[in-house]
Amino acid sequence: MITRCIIRKNEYYDSVFLMRVAKQIAEQKGVLQAATFMGTEKNKGLLADIGFESGEISSAKPNDLIIAIRAENEETLSSVFENIDHWLNQGLEQIGATSCRTLEEGVAFLPRSNLAVISVPGQYASREAKKALEHCLNVFLFSDNVPVESELSLKEFAREKGLIVMGPDCGTAIINGIGIGFANLVRRGPIGVIGSSGTGLQEFTTLVHRFGSGISHAIGTGGRDLSDQVGGITFLSALDALESDRETRVIALLSKPPGSSALEKLIQKIHLCKKPVIACFLGLKYQPTHESIGCKLVRTIDEAASLSVQLETGNPPSLSEKNHRELEELIRQHQTAKRQEQKFIRGIFAGGTFCYQAQQILRDAGISVYSNVPLHGNPKLPDPLHSIEHTLVDMGADEFTFGRPHPMIDSGLRYERILAEAKNPQVSILLLDFILGLNASPDPAGELLPAIVEAKHEAKKHGESLSVVASICGTENDPQNIQQQIKILEESGIITFSSSAQAARFCALLMGGS
Amino acid sequence: MNDKLKDLLKNGPIAINIGIFNFAESLKIQGVEVIHMNWTPPAGGDPELMDLLDQLL
Repeated sequence: MITRCIIRKNEYYDSVFLMRVAKQIAEQKGVLQAATFMGTEKNKGLLADIGFESGEISSAKPNDLIIAIRAENEETLSSVFENIDHWLNQGLEQIGATSCRTLEEGVAFLPRSNLAVISVPGQYASREAKKALEHCLNVFLFSDNVPVESELSLKEFAREKGLIVMGPDCGTAIINGIGIGFANLVRRGPIGVIGSSGTGLQEFTTLVHRFGSGISHAIGTGGRDLSDQVGGITFLSALDALESDRETRVIALLSKPPGSSALEKLIQKIHLCKKPVIACFLGLKYQPTHESIGCKLVRTIDEAASLSVQLETGNPPSLSEKNHRELEELIRQHQTAKRQEQKFIRGIFAGGTFCYQAQQILRDAGISVYSNVPLHGNPKLPDPLHSIEHTLVDMGADEFTFGRPHPMIDSGLRYERILAEAKNPQVSILLLDFILGLNASPDPAGELLPAIVEAKHEAKKHGESLSVVASICGTENDPQNIQQQIKILEESGIITFSSSAQAARFCALLMGGS
Repeated sequence: MNDKLKDLLKNGPIAINIGIFNFAESLKIQGVEVIHMNWTPPAGGDPELMDLLDQLL
């Protein structure tokens, strides 16, 4: 076994791209381990954790690329390092990579540009977003770890200039039929949506598509926009924009519970809006009346999608793709196969909003669950790595993604967690989500399937029957091919639903909830 | 509403991508006019130097 690290000074690549390069290198014959990182302190710590340490690594700067490889022999190592430029340059030419280093140069290169898509590390993000606004560009700000004060200042500046800032921590948008970030390929149509969470927007837009309608625009705001500190600046601007947009005929709003003063401003705006508005505030402690809000209020994202389509077409689409008889039969089959000690549900989520919404649905059914991101009133999981009783865990939360790719891109952590949960003889149901679309894993079902099959097999060996219930968020136009994903899962006995709310409702029924 | 926001909603994005390369790639696949910037952390990633730089500009 032989190890080598090289440092390339002042050569910057983003972490997602480097992860892809490392994966490709690791697939080469004779390579035992490959890591490609920028030289930040955090990354140097991660390299040390996997046994790559040297004076050279210690002295690397955030602008320096570190390539660390462990291989069976010198021949393999030399061959990999000879080809490194091939992997680092792939695709760059095709997508219009430029030598522009500053936004000024970028705008000069593409003067018709109207949007900056910013996903640099959080500490640099506000600076780039401010420059983009100064150059009259709207901003899609994917970066997280942006202080709330900076968010407010960016959004106030954008409002002054009549521009919009989607984010920070904005994962998804669809503008005029074009998906930005983690978005699904959905039909264009008359329904506009504004949402604080990326996966919430993905669920809504794919369901509208499945119900036969389409999306005019889906505008992400970032999770804090409707906090009292930010005051819903992007929500309000987006609502103005959708109201004046000729294509949009119905507007849906999706968010966690807004702050009280932000909600007040939003209500005023909704009352003045001339188009029908539907709102879904997940996890709201109380349910205000439709009249007090001035719009139709629903409890879940699938209800928001269904009602939006109904308002547009006059026909209520069916929420479930399975009929009552099928569902009853499935429940009967699964309940009778259980051993008495099998009583707990374990939800292992990639989508934070799906985890949150499932908690709400289970709570409405009288089932309280532990979570690392608990709904108001639910107990917090003391150790996110270990489930207790009923547990729903958001594996996209910061504690899991520090120095690791998000589970929508890489299933590794969820894979291990599924196997761990299945070892507990008290576990009865595994609830999972699979998120398709642009920039997501090319085969999420295929990646997790071996773990699910092994989990079910282990349970069977011990005389248990593990029910695996999954939602699949996607469309037939997505790069992953939703039908193929469903087929992979259903052939292995996994019960699938096209909405995470439906999957959670089914679990509640399976658990005998009200 | 700024003309650039009207243009974005009416005609779709024409984008400058700063950061994750895949985001530019997925826009390009959808036929969007996009450039990917050769971005590097300012001031070599040194926060103090970055503050100084910001004060000067």
